Formats: sequence, C-alpha cells, structure tokens
Amino acid sequence: MPVVMDADRMSRTLTRIAHEIVERNRGLDRLALVGVRTRGVPIASRLALRLREITGQDVPVGALDITLYRDDLMHHPVGPQPLVRSTDIPFSIDDRVIVLVDDVLYTGRTVRAALDELIDFGRPKSIQLVVIVDRGHRELPIKADYVGKNLPTSHTESVAVRLAETDGCDEVIIEKMTGEDAE
Amino acid sequence: MNPETTDATPSLPTGTDDQPIPANRLRSKDLLGIAELSVEEISLILDTAVAMKEIASRPIKKVPALRGKTVVNLFFEASTRTRTSFEIAEKRLSADTLNIVAGTSSVVKGETLADTVHNIEAMSPDLLVVRHSSSGSCHFLSRICRAGVINAGDGMHEHPTQALLDAFTIRERKQRLAGLKVAICGDLLHSRVLRSNVLLLTKMGADVWLCGPPTLVPTGFARSGVHITSSVDEAVEGADAVMMLRIQLERMLGGYFPSLREYFNVFGMTPERVRRAKPDVLIMHPGPMNRGVEIASEVADGPYSVILDQVANGVAVRMAVLYLLSGGAEHEAVA
Amino acid sequence: MKRLLKGGHLIDPLQGIDAVRDVLLDGDRVAAVGLDLPVGKDVEVIAVPSGCILCPGFVDMHVHLREPGQEHKETIATGTAAAAAGGFTGVACMPNTQPVNDGASVTRAILERAALEGAVRVYPIGAVSKGMKGESLAEIAELRAAGCVAVSDDGMPVPTALLMRRALEYAGMFNMPVIDHCEDPSLKGEGVAHDGYIAAMLGLRGIPATAESIMVERDIALAEMTGSAVHIAHLSTRQALRAVWAAKARGVRVTCEVAPHHFVLTDERLAGPISYDTNLKMNPPLREQADVDAILRGFTAGTIDAIATDHAPHQTDEKHVEFDRAPFGIIGLETAVSLTLDRLVHTGVITLRRMVQLMSVNPCRILNVPGGTLRPERPADITIIALSAKVTVDLSKSRSRSRNSPFGGWTLKGGVVATIVGGKTVYVNDEIPGAAAFGAAVARA
Repeated sequence: MPVVMDADRMSRTLTRIAHEIVERNRGLDRLALVGVRTRGVPIASRLALRLREITGQDVPVGALDITLYRDDLMHHPVGPQPLVRSTDIPFSIDDRVIVLVDDVLYTGRTVRAALDELIDFGRPKSIQLVVIVDRGHRELPIKADYVGKNLPTSHTESVAVRLAETDGCDEVIIEKMTGEDAE
Repeated sequence: MNPETTDATPSLPTGTDDQPIPANRLRSKDLLGIAELSVEEISLILDTAVAMKEIASRPIKKVPALRGKTVVNLFFEASTRTRTSFEIAEKRLSADTLNIVAGTSSVVKGETLADTVHNIEAMSPDLLVVRHSSSGSCHFLSRICRAGVINAGDGMHEHPTQALLDAFTIRERKQRLAGLKVAICGDLLHSRVLRSNVLLLTKMGADVWLCGPPTLVPTGFARSGVHITSSVDEAVEGADAVMMLRIQLERMLGGYFPSLREYFNVFGMTPERVRRAKPDVLIMHPGPMNRGVEIASEVADGPYSVILDQVANGVAVRMAVLYLLSGGAEHEAVA
Repeated sequence: MKRLLKGGHLIDPLQGIDAVRDVLLDGDRVAAVGLDLPVGKDVEVIAVPSGCILCPGFVDMHVHLREPGQEHKETIATGTAAAAAGGFTGVACMPNTQPVNDGASVTRAILERAALEGAVRVYPIGAVSKGMKGESLAEIAELRAAGCVAVSDDGMPVPTALLMRRALEYAGMFNMPVIDHCEDPSLKGEGVAHDGYIAAMLGLRGIPATAESIMVERDIALAEMTGSAVHIAHLSTRQALRAVWAAKARGVRVTCEVAPHHFVLTDERLAGPISYDTNLKMNPPLREQADVDAILRGFTAGTIDAIATDHAPHQTDEKHVEFDRAPFGIIGLETAVSLTLDRLVHTGVITLRRMVQLMSVNPCRILNVPGGTLRPERPADITIIALSAKVTVDLSKSRSRSRNSPFGGWTLKGGVVATIVGGKTVYVNDEIPGAAAFGAAVARA
C-alpha cells in the first residue's frame, strides 16, 4: 500500500494549485469553487482558505452530488442505488468562472456528470477543473486544468485520496484491487 | 457493489467481509407500507429526500436519474394531490410517466384487478404507483407483478408516502422524531394516513396520542403502542405536532357522530385548543381540509401551520422513494 | 358378499369399545363385531395393518356441494369424492344452491344425483325460509318428506326472532334441528375479518365477536322457549361458546359445531406470511388466540358437539382478487381429520374416543341419521385412520373441484387410511403403507 503523497506534500500541492488559480484568472471577482462530493468538497474548502490567504478575498464554495447524473445509474441490472447526498450551491453560477474540484481524475465520467449537473444550475462563464491526482485511463475527452500529481496506474489498481476531514489523515495511496473489483 | 466505472474512487475497501452493511438500500422491490420498513430504511428515505428537496429550488428542476424508466400511476380511486405529487416527482427524475385513472380504464367493464395489471405489465413498466379502495390490494399486486409496486393508498390500510412526508416535515422543523409528542385527531377508523403514521412514528420513537370519538377508533388499537383519548385537550397538551385527519360527511351519515356542528364543537381544532400545545407546535393536515369541521381556519392558516410544507415535501419524499426503488431489490441482484 | 376386517383397533363409543376387534361386514351392513371372529366361507379377509384405527363413519354436517347451480365450484360427484378422501362417509349439504333447496324437487334432484355419482352418503339440509330470503317459512314438511334432515338458511342468519321462533316450533314438530348461521347483520355490516387489532391495522372492516354471540343468545332463548332443538353452525367465539355452555347447563336443547380452521388458525395469519390471503377469508372470520384457547377448552369440557368443515369451494379466479371482493369460505373436507389429529389428539386436547364422538356419533345424533356406531345391523360405514401417518397437504391432488385452502403444503401427523361406505371401499390412501389391504376403491353407486 504505497503512499504516493503524504500530508506535507498534499499541503504544498494545494498551495501551488491555489497560486495557479490566481495567476490564471487574474483576480477572483467572478470565481467560485464547487467541490464534487464526497472528497472534492473539503478540498474546495481548503483551496478557498488558501485563496483568501493569497488574495485576501473570499471565494464562494458549493457542493455538488453527481449521483443522480451518473451514466451507470440505471445500467446495472438491479440492485441497491447509490446514496444520494445534497447538492448545495448557495449562489448563482451565471457568468461566473466555476472551478470544479475533485480528488481523482480517472475515466472522466464523474466530471461529465458534474458538468451536466452544473449546466442545470445556470450558464457559467467558464468551467475549470482541479484534481489532486490524475491517474490516466480516460474514457471521455476531458482534461484537468490543475493537477496535483500525474500518477500512471493500471486498471487493477485503485487510488485513494484520504483527507483529515473524512478519513482522519491526509495522504494518497495506491492499492491493488481484489479480483472481482478489477474489471 | 457495482463495478467502478466512474472515477469516484471508493473510500472504503470493497468486497471485504468485515464491512458493515450500510442502510443504503431498501430490501424490497415494493413500498407496500410502513409496516414493512425498518427504522434504517425509513431514515434512508428521509435522508435521500433531503437531497431531493434541493432539486425543487434549481432553475432546471429535473435530474436524469430515472431516464428511460417507465412509471405507471394506476389510480383506481380519485385523487388529485397524491397523483399530481407522484407525477411531478417522476418527471423531476426524468422518468416516463403514464397515468391510468379507473374511470377511463377497463376496470369499469368488469375486468379483474389481476387482468388489468397483467395487461399493463405486458408493456414493461418499471414501477407501478397504485391507489385502490381495497385494503391489501397492493400486497396482492406485488405478488403477481414483476414491476415494483408503490402503495399510494390502499383502502383503510396504509398510505406510506404520506406518513414519510409527514415525518420529513416534522424532522425538518424539529431535527428529530424520537421523544416528540404527536397528537393525531379525527376519523381514526377509516384513515390509512393514520395507520401509516402510527407505524412510522412509533417505530421512530415518538409519543403518539390519538384522539377522536370512540365510534371512530379502530378496535384494539392501543396494542400499537399509542395513547388513545376522546379528549382533545389531553391529546394536544404539550404536543410538538398536531395532525388533523379529514372528517368525511358520509361518516355522519353512517351514524358515527350526530352532526358536523357537534363534531366541531367537541373535536374541532380551535385556536383555544391549540394553545395547550407547545408554543412552537406544528399544525399538520394531509388534505383536503374541511375548514370548520375538523379544523378552524385560524389554525389552518396560522403561524405554525406547515400544511403547505407538507405538500412541497411530498414531492421530495416521493422522488426519494422512486429513486431508491428503481434499482430493484437486493435479493434479485444477488440471484 | 362378506368382508372381515381383522385385527384392527376399533373405537366405538356407543358400544363402549376401544380395543382390538374384528368387524364382519355383510353387504352394506355390519354383521358382527367381536374378538377373533371365525372366518366363514366366501369371506374376504382384510388384515387391518397395524397402527390403523377403525371408527364408525365420520359425518360432516356442514358442507356446500354447490350443485345445483354452481358446478364450476363443486359438484355432488367431486364434493363427495373429496369427502371420501377426507374420511367422511356422509355429508350434510347446505341449501344455498341455485336454486335454493327450499322445495322437494331440489331435494330429490340432489338425492338422485347423489345416488348416481355420490362417493359417500348425502344428507340434504333444506332452507328455513323460502328462497332463504328470511321472510316466510319454506315448506319444511315437504322438505322432510323428500329427505331433508335439518333446516338452515346457512350463509345467512335467520334474520328475525319471530321467524326463528316459528322455524323452531314448526321444525320441532318433526324433531328436525334448525341450524343457524349466527351473525347479527347490523353488527357485521361490511365486515370481512375479525374485529380486532389485526383487522384494525390491516384496514379491514371488522366483524365483531358480538355479532355472533348476540344471535347465539337469541337462538338459545328461543330454543328454551319453544323446547325445540337449535344447532349453532361454525361457532367461532368465546362469547358464543360461553352462551352455549350456560344454556346446556340448564338443559336447553342446543348443540354446536366448530370448523377446523377456527381451532387451528387465528386472525394474526392475515398479516402474513401471505398477507391478505383470500384463502384466509371465511365467515365467521378467523378469530383471536383467546377464542382458539376457549374453543380448545370447549372440546375438553364437552361443550362442543361436533367438528364440521363448512367446506365452501370457490374457483381460483373468484379468490384471485382484492381481499374485500373475494367470496367467504374455504374447502375443508380433505384436511379436517388430519388437522384434528394433529392439533387436538396429538396435543392431548381430546382423546380419540372424543374425536369419534365429535365427527361421527354426535353429528349422526343431531341430524337423526343412521351411523355413529358399528353395531350389528347398522350401515357398514367405516372410517379408518392412522395416528402416526405423516400427511403433507397437496392441493393439486385434491378431489374437490376447488383449491381454496390455506393448508396447502402443511405437514400434519395423522391421516385417513381408507373410507368404507355401505361395505364398499370408496377411498384408499396410496401414500400410507399397508392401505392397499382395504382393496381398490370402487364407485359406490
């Protein structure tokens, strides 16, 4: 269970990404962060703190639960439905630059769902994407604007981003999946 | 667990034996009544409904979750609000919906319920939302249908989504159900809303008081763990929520009480009576209301009336039920 | 032709026999009963297998054969075949046929058909009132002359005290019992299940126990007043039982029967495992545990006179509907003996001797029909049962035309081995080892 990013490294990574956001957008007036549940939300909150440290400016943060937009929702034969949690975007996204935040970028399907859901909330000026880890194997034409770490992996591995808020510690690990999960 | 095809990386290791079973599913393909639900399942529906309620505040009040699913609303009994509520819930989840109302179906031509439903099933619906005047008709249908059956009210038996939306409304305002005193007043005997609410509220640990004329109290009901009284004052005293049940004119004609006027005098919910409850009491009614019979207008329109919240929450709760049931039953997935 | 049933255990309360006895049959009569009867010439010897018990033929005094008029549910041929398979050598059939058996022509038609196709004896019960409408008396003397053994408006109560009084007085003239389905119609209302917690939670309209006991009390008062015999059909409540007990104690001519489902099942069953199962819908409805407990005590105490099935066949489609739309009633002929053995005899509630009284001696006495004992010269009607036989109820093999029973799949201890009517074997249970000793079943007619 190799640790590929420890707490210190993650902290520096987030600081770097915050600087990149400021640099690329030249001001944060019309910018908002939207975290994809579950782990995208605390990451978005941490980025908001760093953006304030850098610029002194508060950036609104929203939470997006993409479950109802998953493309595999009704494709599995029958079985329990994934849990739905609340989407909470307490601001208008119209004409804003939306920075979408997620932990791992893999097939791209989650981001596709998130984009679809965001569009139902209004018409943002643009949407940018932050991920802590890009592990490759894209199935859709999606690319992140800010990447914490590019991590080449195989399909039989799984990448877990752990956060103090949800898991008690900050780290990124790679695990070998068991046979049935490896498909 | 499903194959991981999105990049929402699992937080817990999957497929291991020591993993606790989360309350993330309903055990049955059907929602027949509150009687069949566990405390965990009720909580799951209410929690899911919280997420569903947010959708109503979006500019585009529609999510693609049930795209390609067909839901048939099969109403053998007239109902505007429940049917409309289900229909909106279905449409907000992008399901294809079809309404069949008894008056326009072949039921009037003497076809049996089983034949009617077999005919509908031949068109491969995924869920049937059924309202029927016979108690137990949804249980009967669930045994002969492949599709999931959602009980939208069966005779005098149950109306589970109404009780769920009532619980959701109370929980939204009081943040809990356990330990609350809930008074339910009116025609207890003929009310399916009552039975579902008694089952749900007692399961969730509320202190339930029932009040109505003894002629309209179901036999042996004390066994369900509720208090029964014919004194409105006693029922309402210190209550956190007061639910009114509709009194139908035909009950007077059936000899259950002498007149609507006398009923209101003895059992009507007046501002004076409401004053005995907690200052922040919730006044609830499943509708349609008879103002001046079971409830005074000042109470129905008063500051603590959540009657319209109930209607709004009904859509969210029904979306939750539709979503959770559209995955089918666990045992089928395993089989 | 003579047949000698050799070495079986005979229970014949009227002769005071509960021991091994040989029974010699001569044609359709009993010729002799004794220990080690000599085997004469031209006697077919049947060695009764061990474990088999010979009883005077059981008579089910409450059966709906549905013919004429509702042959899709049952016919005299299928109903009596089911009776034979259930160990009954005779059945009394209720008059709620179409047309109602309220006149000699219907009675004669039933008896003619029974003579042609009946596997067991058929005792018609005539209507109390014309058309069972509860208004004016049927022609009871004519019914009696045609062969009716009792009168009843079963399915419907005799609605007024006045009509009941007249029926008791008039039928009393022929010493015919009036059998009443006791149920106050106003208290029953639209009820479909026992008025109690279960019906309340299931949202089913209730039939209170009092609906039954009020009319039982009325009938007892009228029997006392007229001095005539009243028989309470399918008694189901502790309140009614208490009324019968008190009436008997003061010498009123009242008798009563209980159906097996009323001592085996309670209303709790309606909630599951198959909730709202229409095969649990009957009238009177399944009652509470306290009623079942009282009935069991009533068996022990002797307050209950007879076990009768209220065999009420309905076609599968008729029961495959919403609970409140389904017709009342279940079939019972083929399960009664096994249920009684399993639930009453093996549990020690009653003895075998008492079972024979409940199923043979008393029904024959109440209806004034031959049988109830295997004394010489009496009809050679014999029910042979096995106490330890394991019986699994398989409705697909039922002789009845209908399948409306809640007992399908039940495994019970004790069952029918063979049924002999008028000296002829009319039923042999192939699944019980040794039953073949009784020969192949033949048509009685």
